Amino acid sequence: MAITRDEVANLARLARMALSGDELDHLAPQLDVILGSVARVAEVAAADIPPTSHAVPLTNVFRSDLIRPCLSQADALAGAPATEDGRFRVPRILDPED
Amino acid sequence: MTVLADLPTYDEALAVYEPVIGLETHVELGTESKMFCGCPTAFGAEPNTQVCPVCLGLPGALPVVNEAAIRYTVMIGLALNCTIVPWSRFARKNYFYPDMPKDFQISQYDEPLCVNGWLDVDVDGQTHRVGITRVHMEEDTGKSLHVGGSTGRIQGATHSLVDYNRAGIPLVEIVTEPDVRSPEVARAYVEELRELCRALGISDVRMEQGSLRCDANVSLRRRPATPDGPENPFGTRTETKNLNSLRSVERAVRYEISRQASRLSAGERIVQETRHFDEGAGVTSAGRSKEEATDYRYFPEPDLAPVALSREFVEAVRATLPESPAQRRTRLTGDYGYTLTDIANLRGAGVLDLVEQTVTAGATPEAARKWWLNELARRASDAEIPPSQLAVTPADVARVATLIAAGELTDALARKVIDGVLAGEGGPDAVIEARGLKVVSDTGALDAAADAAIAGAPAIAEKVRGGKVAAVGPLVGAVMKAMKGQADAGAVRALLLEKLGVS
Ligand SMILES: [Zn+2]
Repeated sequence: MAITRDEVANLARLARMALSGDELDHLAPQLDVILGSVARVAEVAAADIPPTSHAVPLTNVFRSDLIRPCLSQADALAGAPATEDGRFRVPRILDPED
Repeated sequence: MTVLADLPTYDEALAVYEPVIGLETHVELGTESKMFCGCPTAFGAEPNTQVCPVCLGLPGALPVVNEAAIRYTVMIGLALNCTIVPWSRFARKNYFYPDMPKDFQISQYDEPLCVNGWLDVDVDGQTHRVGITRVHMEEDTGKSLHVGGSTGRIQGATHSLVDYNRAGIPLVEIVTEPDVRSPEVARAYVEELRELCRALGISDVRMEQGSLRCDANVSLRRRPATPDGPENPFGTRTETKNLNSLRSVERAVRYEISRQASRLSAGERIVQETRHFDEGAGVTSAGRSKEEATDYRYFPEPDLAPVALSREFVEAVRATLPESPAQRRTRLTGDYGYTLTDIANLRGAGVLDLVEQTVTAGATPEAARKWWLNELARRASDAEIPPSQLAVTPADVARVATLIAAGELTDALARKVIDGVLAGEGGPDAVIEARGLKVVSDTGALDAAADAAIAGAPAIAEKVRGGKVAAVGPLVGAVMKAMKGQADAGAVRALLLEKLGVS
């Protein structure tokens, strides 16, 4: 099943990646080859092998409901590009025309 | 645009169209720590002081599921008559919005923990069964303040400020079937769900603080052409988000019904969209106009192992389920003789638990109901505290009620006893002793006071003797005054009438 250039363009948009037309021309066929290679793995799997999402066969890995120390506000904000009033300051979310 | 004059009234809309309503309710679980990390969940802390690498989505941090959140979700599922599935996974919901620092929210997608349940809702004596499609777990998002626009709205804001204290608090989302057919049932469903979660003790369900919030999906379809004709297919629905009071649920749904009916009557189409309810204006408005079909690209969360609960685990949780609000109503209407309205009033006044404890402590259900609903709820409201924080215990109230029943206190004296208890003068018996509040049953003193009253008002006495029984009031008052209120007015009246020969 081939992935189309339009599908790659849509994925790029969903992932907030600004790809130029040239980049799409270049990357879409490459992504198609990668998907084709991965799909071959599925050919090996017999009908009795269920699809798996995790590499280790674990279930029910839980922790007790106990409070642990947090970061200080200063540490929490230390990596933020901008802060204001103890909060993370982020650019406007909606464009003015929205 | 539809002009206002074309708006059908709500009743006109209902005559033509049948509303189809489904509800999605988010409940913040009352765990001590967050869903996937050990940060506390307490409301109201300084911004970004209840955060850690996991809930800030810092590189390399790994989430681990809070066992209590799983248990609470199973409790909700079982209380809603759901099947608890033997295999369930978390999923990543990918989106870019600053309220989730990871750029995805851990949620559940096609493998929710609980499925196929129901909740019965009573409205005006009729029971409506609302199907529950699913109950799933997810993490709450951070809180954004929008700056620079009008009244904190996101539209027109120059920038936003984010606090991640709420990010990662465990949430359950409870999704109904499109079974609800009226705004009243929608409201009653949310109320019943709130009472259920409260009874389970899994959330403080405070809508005003956002620990329970509701999205309402509303569509209309034409009623069948004939009463027993085939039902029409569902219409296009809108989703009104984040309704944060019971009243808003009812008002927003009602508004959407009228709005959609007016559009359909004008030959227009309903646009499938997200809408917001403006509490002040009482209207809903469309969300982002350019909103595109959302593609969250869900996939199984690789950092969390699947949840495969054993039958033993589920049955152990079932064994801990407390009485449900519905079971409690059945018990209280049966054992206590209360009406559903009585129960709703007691619940509304926040005294239902106290009333039960008072009955357990020996009062009759009727006395317990009266004292808490009338006298004590009023005093709590005067003091601006919840009734449970009054300095009078259910045992105190039961004692007072018992003394009234035994004729040792009048209602007026009992109120004075309550005054004393509330003033910290000790229990009812100590207050009675210290203030000398017992009904005087010393017949000699009563006799003397009655004789004195009759002698002091011969004209009135004569009227009563002549058959005007209603005229005895001032004499009763005089005796009560002489006895400093510590006599039973009914008994005094009977005694006076007997002495005047008209009993
Ligand atoms: Zn954390």
